[in-house]
Amino acid sequence: MTRLAVAKTYKLYIGGKFPRSESGRTYEVVTPNGAFLANAAKASRKDARDAVVAARAAFAGWAGTTAYNRGQVLYRIAELLEGRRAQFVEEIALSEGASTATATAQVDEAIDRWVWYAGWADKFAQVAGNANPVAGPYFNISVPEPTGVVAIIAPQTTSLLGFVSAVAPALVAGNTVVVVASEAFPLSAVSLGEVLATSDVPGGVVNILTGSPAEIAPWLASHADINALDLVGAGSLEWVDLQISAAETLKRVLPPETGLDAAVPSLGRIVAFTETKTVWHTKSML
Amino acid sequence: MTIETARTTRSLAPASRAVDILGGELTDASLRRYLDGIPGVDAVGLEQRAAGLGTRSIKTTSKKWALDTIIGLIDLTTLEGADTPGKVRSLVAKAITPDPADPSCPRVAAVCVYGDMVPYAVAALGPAHAAGTATGINVAAVATAFPSGRASLAVKLADTTDAVAAGADEIDMVIDRGAFLSGRYGQVFDEIVAVKEACRRPDGSSAHLKVILETGELNTYDNVRRASWLAILAGGDFIKTSTGKVAPAATLPVTLLMLEVVRDWHRLTGEGIGVKPAGGIRSSKDAIKYLVTVAETAGEEWLQPSLFRFGASSLLNDVLLQRQKLATGHYSGPDYVTID
Repeated sequence: MTRLAVAKTYKLYIGGKFPRSESGRTYEVVTPNGAFLANAAKASRKDARDAVVAARAAFAGWAGTTAYNRGQVLYRIAELLEGRRAQFVEEIALSEGASTATATAQVDEAIDRWVWYAGWADKFAQVAGNANPVAGPYFNISVPEPTGVVAIIAPQTTSLLGFVSAVAPALVAGNTVVVVASEAFPLSAVSLGEVLATSDVPGGVVNILTGSPAEIAPWLASHADINALDLVGAGSLEWVDLQISAAETLKRVLPPETGLDAAVPSLGRIVAFTETKTVWHTKSML
Repeated sequence: MTIETARTTRSLAPASRAVDILGGELTDASLRRYLDGIPGVDAVGLEQRAAGLGTRSIKTTSKKWALDTIIGLIDLTTLEGADTPGKVRSLVAKAITPDPADPSCPRVAAVCVYGDMVPYAVAALGPAHAAGTATGINVAAVATAFPSGRASLAVKLADTTDAVAAGADEIDMVIDRGAFLSGRYGQVFDEIVAVKEACRRPDGSSAHLKVILETGELNTYDNVRRASWLAILAGGDFIKTSTGKVAPAATLPVTLLMLEVVRDWHRLTGEGIGVKPAGGIRSSKDAIKYLVTVAETAGEEWLQPSLFRFGASSLLNDVLLQRQKLATGHYSGPDYVTID
């Protein structure tokens, strides 16, 4: 008996669910040789809008968890990624046309980075925060707090590594994320969504859109309910216009980065999406 | 406008409608015979029709018109145990100026509060209070032991008289669902008639009476249709779906059904009865479906505050966000509307 393979439908990941695009559109994902690989959902501006609503709804809960708990949840994602290595290696090898060794290296590096960022969750505040010196009987303390909803244009040249490198640091501080995956290599991003859905990350904390960044990015940049915009993968877009439009609503913006070093792990990427809160507190003078 | 609105026609004898329609002596038995004789509802057809009306695509200029119309039809509502005079004042401020950044934004039709909050709402409205005039914002008060309706008739009437004396323009009463479901139609009828009497002011004018059927507790569409007829026969100026305290609250099929009753009543008598879906309508998209349903069922002339209202609290903010999206071309966010 021959068996018919069951082809997977690659859908969006919004608010903890896997909807098709509201527009009903899909596009073909192909190998570097042009061979058909899969149909992926082509997100519309309304999908982006829905994703922002989901991210905003999830923000208070995610930002409100303790730093330690957030670290544990992020670490668990790395554990689940480890268990799905073979699937990611296969998807990357097929869609990027890479050798198994190269694909494996990319998956390993992505998991390692995720672990590295998970570790920062309950540590970055010690580095980015401060007890400020004051001339009086007070404490003056600065602490970093999450910025809010962060829209990310993921690096376009890799499947998984760039995506993880852009999304993980934004999550560490307690932000929620709307991310537009690589247009050419969206499969790993959707599979990562499946990992997130079965881990302890609340629905809506990460929302994944696939489709055309050129179409979706302007709507995200001008959206009044997004607090920060990471243009790391927007190098080939009209990113100056995106920055101008983001400035209208005073978003924090990170510029595009290109090459293999795009979104290289750094404390700076975590701190970029935080706001410093400074409080005075009396010293007990008994 | 050819429809006689309720205010002008029937402040004298509330039960006269039933006498006219039923003929002869008005008894529990004759009322039951009439209501039980109303044909049943085709539930599948009703839901299909409602679903069909919900698929219309309303865009650009039509959408802009629809959004402004929705705002003008909203009864901006706060019905919480934790309501304070301050909360009511901020609600009124929002009713007068829904979008402070856009002076062209229309005002809502009314504010809807508990009876003891009516004086604060009237004071806060000041010159913006309609108080019987055609322009301005009405004050609606829920009465008759809202939301359960479980109190003696004397308490219900005192509740109503208090609110009317305090300056309420509209009274939202609840029917006794227990009596209705046990088949004591006469008791429900008498209560509505009595409350309608209690809405009368010393100068002879009368507060508008909205009768809340609480469709979520009536169980069947047949019951909703009977209760709608009963409420209209007893003298209700408006029939309202729900208190908002029971799920399911307003649904499109139930509203469609009530609109059909209102349409039939208009054909029968030429009188216009209002409909107010309340509870659970939170998005502009949903509200636009209701507009389509009203226009297709009762007619476009029903899209005015004296004949159709939305009972809602969070709907207004969503409509304002959509208005801002249309005006600026980009998506707005909750930071750009007031929290209430």
